[in-house]
Amino acid sequence: MHQSAENETCAPAKSYPRKVVFSICAHIQQREMSPPEPVFVTPAGGGSEQSWMAGLLEHPGYDEERLRRVSEQLSCREVQAGLLLSLMGQPQQYCYPSLFIYGHRASGKSHVVNVFMKDLELPHVTVSCVECVSVALLFEKVLRSFFGCDAASLLPRSPSLSDFVRIYRQQSSQSPAKQTRYIVMEKAELLRDADVNLLPALLRLQELVKDNVSVILLSEIVWDKFRPNTGCFEPLLLHFPDYSKGELQQILSTDRHPSYSAEFYSSYINILLGVFYPVCRDLRELRHLAALNFSKFCEPVAAGKVKEMDTHKLWKNIEPHLKKAMQTVYLREVSSLQWEQMEEHESGALRGLSAHTHVELPYYSKFLLIAAYLASYNPARTDKRFFLKHHGKIRKTNFLKKNEKTSNHLLGPKPFPLDRLLAVFYSVVDSRVAPTASIFSQISSLVTLQLLTLVSHDDQLDTPKYKCAVSLDFISAISRTVNFDIVKYLYDFL
Amino acid sequence: MATSSFSRGCFVFKPSAKKKKMAVGLERYFTHGCEGSESSEVRFKICLDLWNKVKMETEALQDELNRNILDSLLEFTRKCSSTRDHSDWASQMRASEIPTAALVLGVNVPDHDMTFQSLSDLLRHSVTPHVASLQAKECAALKHLMKRVLERLMSTVVAVGDEEEEELQQTDTELQKSVHCSLTALCDWYISKTKKSSCSTPGKKRSSSVVDGQHQQPPVVIIFKDLEAFNPRVLQDFILICSRYIQRLPLMFIFGIATSPSTIQHMLPNSVSSLLCIELFQSLSCTQHLTTVIDKLILTSSFPFKLSGKVMQVLVSIFLYHDFSVRNFIKGLQLALLEHFHSQPLSSLCCRKNEARLNVQQLGPADLERIRQLPSFKRYLKEQEEQDNLMTDDAHLKDLCQKLIKDLHKYHKNYYPILRCLHCLTSSLPRYPLGKQIRELHLICLEKNVWESEDYQSAMKLLKMLAKDELISLLQTCAEVLQPVRSKKMKNALVQLEELLAKLKLLDAAAEVGPSVEENLTSPVRNLQKKTDLFQLQKMLLEMNESRRSKRMSPFEILRNEAVEFVDSLVKNHLSPPESKPLYEVCYYTSSATVRRHLNATPRTSIQAALSSPYSYIQELKERGNDRRMGSDSVLVVLVDQNQAVYCGVKFTLRLSANNSLKTEDGTVSNAAPDICIAYKLHLECGRLINLYDWLEAYSTVVSAAEGSNPDSDGFGKVDEVKHARFIRAVSELEFLGFIKATRKKTDHVARLTWGGC
Repeated sequence: MHQSAENETCAPAKSYPRKVVFSICAHIQQREMSPPEPVFVTPAGGGSEQSWMAGLLEHPGYDEERLRRVSEQLSCREVQAGLLLSLMGQPQQYCYPSLFIYGHRASGKSHVVNVFMKDLELPHVTVSCVECVSVALLFEKVLRSFFGCDAASLLPRSPSLSDFVRIYRQQSSQSPAKQTRYIVMEKAELLRDADVNLLPALLRLQELVKDNVSVILLSEIVWDKFRPNTGCFEPLLLHFPDYSKGELQQILSTDRHPSYSAEFYSSYINILLGVFYPVCRDLRELRHLAALNFSKFCEPVAAGKVKEMDTHKLWKNIEPHLKKAMQTVYLREVSSLQWEQMEEHESGALRGLSAHTHVELPYYSKFLLIAAYLASYNPARTDKRFFLKHHGKIRKTNFLKKNEKTSNHLLGPKPFPLDRLLAVFYSVVDSRVAPTASIFSQISSLVTLQLLTLVSHDDQLDTPKYKCAVSLDFISAISRTVNFDIVKYLYDFL
Repeated sequence: MATSSFSRGCFVFKPSAKKKKMAVGLERYFTHGCEGSESSEVRFKICLDLWNKVKMETEALQDELNRNILDSLLEFTRKCSSTRDHSDWASQMRASEIPTAALVLGVNVPDHDMTFQSLSDLLRHSVTPHVASLQAKECAALKHLMKRVLERLMSTVVAVGDEEEEELQQTDTELQKSVHCSLTALCDWYISKTKKSSCSTPGKKRSSSVVDGQHQQPPVVIIFKDLEAFNPRVLQDFILICSRYIQRLPLMFIFGIATSPSTIQHMLPNSVSSLLCIELFQSLSCTQHLTTVIDKLILTSSFPFKLSGKVMQVLVSIFLYHDFSVRNFIKGLQLALLEHFHSQPLSSLCCRKNEARLNVQQLGPADLERIRQLPSFKRYLKEQEEQDNLMTDDAHLKDLCQKLIKDLHKYHKNYYPILRCLHCLTSSLPRYPLGKQIRELHLICLEKNVWESEDYQSAMKLLKMLAKDELISLLQTCAEVLQPVRSKKMKNALVQLEELLAKLKLLDAAAEVGPSVEENLTSPVRNLQKKTDLFQLQKMLLEMNESRRSKRMSPFEILRNEAVEFVDSLVKNHLSPPESKPLYEVCYYTSSATVRRHLNATPRTSIQAALSSPYSYIQELKERGNDRRMGSDSVLVVLVDQNQAVYCGVKFTLRLSANNSLKTEDGTVSNAAPDICIAYKLHLECGRLINLYDWLEAYSTVVSAAEGSNPDSDGFGKVDEVKHARFIRAVSELEFLGFIKATRKKTDHVARLTWGGC
């Protein structure tokens, strides 16, 4: 299909090395199955394996000086970069219509693509799918960066896909692509939530607009989760594996502090990885942690107590500190700014975010919340046993039904109607309470505070249903303040 | 408000634009239906003055209380914007984080508006002109959120200077196309903005002149007023987008949190919260806020208007039990103020002492008669001898009033300092016999003679057991309380107190008399160890008690007793309840029921009361309706209770029967009551399911009796078309009010939604 589309265009048609492409595909498919290992594919444009090993990219049609600069920036991603470059082909050649690059967070996807685009000065537009709250934004951004603002203003008020294609064709016939134009879509997984026709259309955009354009999708999840039921053009898949420990070490060592030697910094990174690598492999987080803790690490050196090369002493100094960091900053319990201040003042007791769980509530709100909790976690049948004065002797074993054997606390809160909430409320609260309007408004304010959740639809006025969204610890703390023994009223703890 | 619709639903009544000029008619509203209209103008003026004063005081208080947290927030924003410019290695490494202030404000959401208002004002004034505050309800989707942010940011800056007039036009046209609602647009705008401001001469910048060389790039602050209510998905996306632009746009967030900071972790996954650099700010708790408000507004003699114990109790319990909102408390105070001046004709005397004197002279004969009728005045007369004179002689009465008003002012002047002293002394006692908060003590004192209560006695006993240094420090704080008061009696009290303190301090120098006392004490204890008999032990203990009591008191103990006696005498002299003072009605607002009905409405109870005893409403309506045309047999009346804001949908179809009294002695339903009342009464007798046909039969019997038809005749109790229609209407009205609903269990039945019978 697209072969014929190519032939119609007047641009210097690129001869597609079909075989190579398919072999690459096969490789990629293989690698999906098996754990990633360095696989070298002979690139279409030549270039020996030897040069790849040295981390240098080579491809005809690109300035060598530039390629050298690019490969300097892409440490540890040489294989993927080379593969990508060969898929892109020479600038004026047609590229494969759509590429799909996937890999975990911080595995260098955007970095590699962006470095290529920027440093090789390729015509491109980078769009983050989070940002495109409407497709109109996406279309406008693409048109504006390829053809200027005038083209973007041609779009109607709420443009459809065909509007976009029409204007794109119209513009590209006036200024046809001399080099391949790239549309880079970051966080492409969000495209699945967009219009159904958007993703299939983007995948074969080259064919639709009859221009030398290629779409690169970047995502954290695999292609299988994208494929629409109606079927679509299959993009070329390219996997970015996670960095190994060695690679992480190499990358992290590059952003060293200017006033210390590279060896010193890399020994620091080594220690840091020793502590954090078992729990965190996210490059971004690690880099953040490295930056935060470095000042502590070089403290003894700056004070003149320890020489730079005395790794053991440095390790002794930093290790407890890093352990502490693992419990606080890494979990974002404490912000980086506070962490730094803490280091300065050495005040050990800084409470993290989750330490502040105490919530002050008005008296009746507390009881409403308690009633909601009871209604959520007790089966409705047992209300009689808990709240009726002369309930007689009903043992737990008598009630037990088959499905209730598991603890209600393991199953999570169940929805309950407003009536039941109020009934429980009136039997729980000790004094007589008039059913005032503010009692009802307290229920809705508990909902806005996210202590209760409204289960039924907003529009349903008749019998709204709620769920209690607080934990047992929280409700016990609340009931302690009003001298209410909640455990006595919970079916699970009978 | 009435609609022509019969279907159930919500109807929107938009306020007409004319209502804007309320201020003109304000006085007319006040004087309309006001008791004792001759003095209404004076009262209106006093009322307005007092309210303005209250308002000013509360605003000042709010600023004062928030100063700490706002200052630290401002400091935070400044720090954030300055570290951005730093080029040192560490701050460069974490430049990608968005600085975020988590502002924990407590659950009293209605109060937050004021805080955020002053916060954004302060920020605009001293840190950055670019502030946008967002509310969750206007940001349902990411698109709306973006739009709001752009609108707020761009227009605020436009409003700052005149020279950007053209830009207003531009942005307007730009924003009309919502296509441009992306942060890129904001970025471009920001860059052009900062470039422009750096080019322009410093003299040209007026309001944002604070933006000096150091703050060449003022931060863009986005305030999320109610974080909990935001859709987590929207918030996450927005933060993700913002983090992409953080290098170009110095963004900063402020989260307003009502519950606890851990909500941030509940709402945002680690991947998003790792983009933020969160710092926590905790605001003052609302109970503390209320305490200061009460301290400044109520426990002071500078406001002549007072709340009685019951009203105060209502307001405080609404605060503690329902909403924690200081703003609502002040609204309640405003209501009480307005009601007092509206309903009490003598409230023209409720002002400063000098004005009150003048106003006494202005009193007309009707007002003087009212004074004579006041219960407190009558009580006062009984105690006096020369009453006949006062009942007739107006001039004499005026003179007396002047004296009484003066006394009342004096009473207030002494009451509050002594109250504070007593609170100082008792608030640290174990188990707080007189309450932890001063407002509790105030409530006790307002109700009865505090010294007669048991708690007071036990507090005095505890005071007599205080250690020396504690006693001295407590008395010293009391002296500090009394220091600023300009009243003869208080000055005397202060002198006496200081004498006591001096004596206590002198004791330090004097020799201790401890040893002899100790001997006395120890000897029986030594004896005790030998005995094992229970009877003997009891005797022993009794003896010990005796000996302790009869024991010679040390000089310190004597002094301590003296001090406690002194405090006791002060309390007895000055803390008598206001009811005991003549003319207290002038200053005290006592109608707690009105306040409760207005502030804490009970719609359900009102409906039920209206349905079960319609006469109380209909009598009133008849009186009001007399001037209307009453020709038609059936009048549609909209029932409006005092709390009409809560519901105004209840409609009664009334048959105004001329002679029939709706009131029945035994509480059964009168057959002349409106249809819906009859239907309601009948449905109370049924169980969970009501058979519609039986109901109709019963209804028709009752109504036939009302029509006066002969019970023995053939047609009695027969259902004709009119009765049928009336019944159906009554039933559907009951359904609308939520008493019954259709059920699928039995087709000719309806389900009852309430419990209980008659």
